[in-house]
Amino acid sequence: MTETRPSARADALAGVRAILPVAIAAVPIAALFGALAVAKGLSVLETTLMSLIVFAGGAQFAAVEIWSWPVPVFALVASTLLINSRHVLMGISLAPKLRGFSRRQILGGFYFLTDESWSLAEARALHHPVTPAFWFAVSTVLPFAWVSATFLGAIAGTLLGDPARFGADFAFTALFVGLIAGFWKVRNRDILLARKLPAAGRSLIPILASGIVAAIVYVLAGPPWHVLAGALAGIVGAYIAAPALPKDAAS
Amino acid sequence: MTVDPVTLATIIAMGLVTWLTRIAGTFLAGRLVLEGRAKAAFDAIPPVVLMAVVAPTVFATGIAETLAALVTAVAATRLPLLATILVGVVSVVILRAIV
Repeated sequence: MTETRPSARADALAGVRAILPVAIAAVPIAALFGALAVAKGLSVLETTLMSLIVFAGGAQFAAVEIWSWPVPVFALVASTLLINSRHVLMGISLAPKLRGFSRRQILGGFYFLTDESWSLAEARALHHPVTPAFWFAVSTVLPFAWVSATFLGAIAGTLLGDPARFGADFAFTALFVGLIAGFWKVRNRDILLARKLPAAGRSLIPILASGIVAAIVYVLAGPPWHVLAGALAGIVGAYIAAPALPKDAAS
Repeated sequence: MTVDPVTLATIIAMGLVTWLTRIAGTFLAGRLVLEGRAKAAFDAIPPVVLMAVVAPTVFATGIAETLAALVTAVAATRLPLLATILVGVVSVVILRAIV
């Protein structure tokens, strides 16, 4: 044994093995995105370009939900920025665990940062440094699956016609409810395990605040303002509902 | 296979802000430490934005949609994402037929 570290080839193989199940699971979601985007009125090419250029599922689904004509550019960009702001914290956490990256590899490689590639890299970092070979293997398989399944879903969507006929218009809502529940479960794992009911109830406050304020603003002012108003209400709700640190309480 | 210039510009702007969120953390590492209420507020952003996006359908469209969203929320605590979507779609079709 002269090598103390796995080779680049072994790192790349580990990366592909880690991401493959995630990429397979992403195929039907991306196809659904493609079908719903063309049902909304985006062309097949525009839909595929969005998956390639934005490459962030939650923000893409939200964008298609609030998309209208004339295009509400500000609301779309603001909603995308807000939903993806979580990437900032992922980058802060992951950056110190990277080994052997050039500045250019970070700037280019982090285009591929997703919830999935981040969590796989964090898991890898528990016992190995995260090398460029591992990172690029993990992160390039997923966009390939995401973009090509979006394209196929968009083609299928143009053939299927009006999604409301099969209740497929509700797929967005169901998907978002599922994602919201997922975020909520991960953030409140300790509370749920300990069965602390008051704390679990309090953790719902931001989500309810956002939903109620957004619905009211939607009725009174119309889209797209409900997204920003609801998001703001939810963020304020989270700030108020969270327990203060001892030093916060003292000041 | 058409591309509207405003749509393309919007998609590029969305891609640009997304990429900025992805690289921002590598510059901030070791400099920005969020804790307590500020961290809770930041952590809450993705779910509350998604909730605001679906709020019109969930609360202001019809009783069938509101009930189906509730069914979906319960399903989401137990089932994986694709099964949750299926439960939501099937329940909205049934509820639209009966209420």
